[in-house]
Amino acid sequence: MKFQFTSKSLYAPGLPGMILSYVLLGSWTFVVLFPLYWMVVTSFKLPIQVDSGPFYIPFVDFEPSLHAWQYILVGDLANDTRRNFINTVVVATTSTCIAMLLGSAAAYGLTRFNYRPKLGMVLAFILCVLLVIVLWRVGVPLSLGILLALVLFVIVLLTIGKSFRRALGNSDIAFWMVSQRILPPIAVVIPIYIMFQLIGLLDTWPALIITYVAANLPIVIWLMRDYFMTIPIELEESAAIDGASRYRTFTSVVLPLSVPGFVATFLFVLVFAWNEYLFALFLTNANAQTLPVTIAAQNATRGPQWWYMSVLVLVMIAPVIGMAIMLERYMAKGLLVGAVKG
Amino acid sequence: MSTAIPSRSVNSIAIAGARKGTRRDSLTRASFVLPAVLIILLLSIFPLLISLFVSVTRLQFVPGGFELLFVGFNNYYKLLFGIDQGRFLGKFGTPDALGWLVLGVIALGLVYWVGRAVRRGRVTVVGLVGRIVLAVFLMSIALLTVSTMSAGGRPGTLWVTLFYVYVGISIQYLLGLGLAYLCAQHIPGRRFFRVIFLLPMMITPVGVAYMFRMVVDTNKGPFYPVWAALGMENVSWVSNPWSARAAILVSDIWQWTPFMFIVLLAALESLPVEPLEAAVVDGATRWQIFRHITLPALLPVSTTLILIRMVEAFKIIDLPNIMTAGGPGTATESMTLEGFYIWRALDIGGSAAIAYLLLFIVTLLATAYANLVRNQVAVQY
Repeated sequence: MKFQFTSKSLYAPGLPGMILSYVLLGSWTFVVLFPLYWMVVTSFKLPIQVDSGPFYIPFVDFEPSLHAWQYILVGDLANDTRRNFINTVVVATTSTCIAMLLGSAAAYGLTRFNYRPKLGMVLAFILCVLLVIVLWRVGVPLSLGILLALVLFVIVLLTIGKSFRRALGNSDIAFWMVSQRILPPIAVVIPIYIMFQLIGLLDTWPALIITYVAANLPIVIWLMRDYFMTIPIELEESAAIDGASRYRTFTSVVLPLSVPGFVATFLFVLVFAWNEYLFALFLTNANAQTLPVTIAAQNATRGPQWWYMSVLVLVMIAPVIGMAIMLERYMAKGLLVGAVKG
Repeated sequence: MSTAIPSRSVNSIAIAGARKGTRRDSLTRASFVLPAVLIILLLSIFPLLISLFVSVTRLQFVPGGFELLFVGFNNYYKLLFGIDQGRFLGKFGTPDALGWLVLGVIALGLVYWVGRAVRRGRVTVVGLVGRIVLAVFLMSIALLTVSTMSAGGRPGTLWVTLFYVYVGISIQYLLGLGLAYLCAQHIPGRRFFRVIFLLPMMITPVGVAYMFRMVVDTNKGPFYPVWAALGMENVSWVSNPWSARAAILVSDIWQWTPFMFIVLLAALESLPVEPLEAAVVDGATRWQIFRHITLPALLPVSTTLILIRMVEAFKIIDLPNIMTAGGPGTATESMTLEGFYIWRALDIGGSAAIAYLLLFIVTLLATAYANLVRNQVAVQY
């Protein structure tokens, strides 16, 4: 690895370096693409061609067949595939949009305003919610319990609310929100399951959407907060002087300026929601099942039928891969801001 | 706690200064954060509290439904000392002389590390307690590693999870850094490489798991000729604990190296050129430039990247579930997967207990890492 730097182009390697670089990059390209290629090829094979050993090149080694694609897309499984694909699309995009909206609003608030929630009030709020749960457990109707707790909370707020001294700052709030990403999903999935069962939302879109929004909010807040910090505040000040409301300033001054960060975060969160497996596994069974669960279930029900599986996986990854190729530039830059500042 | 994830003072100049104080305005400001706060409270904090409750109970079926019977710390006891110990912590062997030597060295090192912090006298009470907890934890992990690796021992899900996380992340980081460095050069076609290298990250882990099951199959997979030449065409890699773990590790590396790669590449490209030029003028070799200029400049980004991956990697479930179903035996089970299997066996309390142990470990390691490594780096550079 001996390269000669010239001050003209610092990063341009000499010929041996160039060859070495291409060899290394080429081998990793092979590592990345070969499994994908193998999956594409497998999806065009007949069962007998898969079972009788490896065949590598269609039309040369073996005669490709569309039977698996037909079975998944128009044949017996078509309804299942279509339903689960729609589920995935709806759940992933809706939850991502909501998470982006709420998350960037929160991130904006945390970079531009000072919040001083009183520690005492936070505790009072948590106690009130616990009160609701306790009341509900001992048999008081839920609506009555919530009403009671709400009244109690307002009384506390109006009477002794002023006398609390210890307050939390913005960085505490931000830290608390971002640290929620540390939570392993397995630690919260059982109560969430019970909760959705109680309110009858198990195996529906809203259950998954709400869960994904909560799971992805921390990432959005974290990345967008760092992005908003890089935007000069003067523009907003002049918008405020011109009489724009806070919402107006946010939507028509700040958001347009943060498109690159927004796109990167959107893509990142979308991929997480699109591929999410654990929550979907617990919270759905048939109607709202998403594709990762469908694909995973192939194993249990039919044994490894590689040809069908390949088709399903390809159908599932095609949209995100397309998006990734289009938005690659944004993605790297947007994530970098988060990592440098984060 | 507020020190772990970077805390910065907010731009308090804010436009707020102009029209501060009205009740209506404070409501407007609150409306920016409240929805997010409420959703996180509802779906993270309260479930967490309920989970804590569930973890000290046992599910019992009674006529007309079920009830949760309070059993105290039984579920935790079962995992750490009781009947599930072999699965969770592993089976302990007897360490040989070398094993004891390694343990002794590690113990001395940890004592020295805590002692040094005390002697310097700049450590707070919380910092000291944190260091001691971390030292005790690391010592237990070392003990666990040595005794389960010794003759007659077998690692449990806790150790296997740590193995996936730390070995995986190290390799992903080194590969990502190397590839990013190569791609940062001005060579034709680098745009092609960066798009290709990004792809694995987009693919659902479930899909990755199936793909690798196909590819590493010794009998029908693409490398059959290689295996056949080695006389291994009928060997199933899932039947051996270490080859099964290796297969899962390889899939994980394949999937997550891109994440390291794209961020490190973007970081490399945004480095200022002047120090490099100065170094070239002074006659530094390429390695010296990398070692003394590029690498230090990448440190802050690197530590954050590793933190993100660390937090995410502990959640691994899809790959072992699909590739090996945790087998052979429980050799490739991660903690999350064990929690899922136990839940499926209707031991909800046990599952919640595992989840809580996992939460404790992740929080401890992530907080320690953020405070001890990341903040040091941030101070230094």
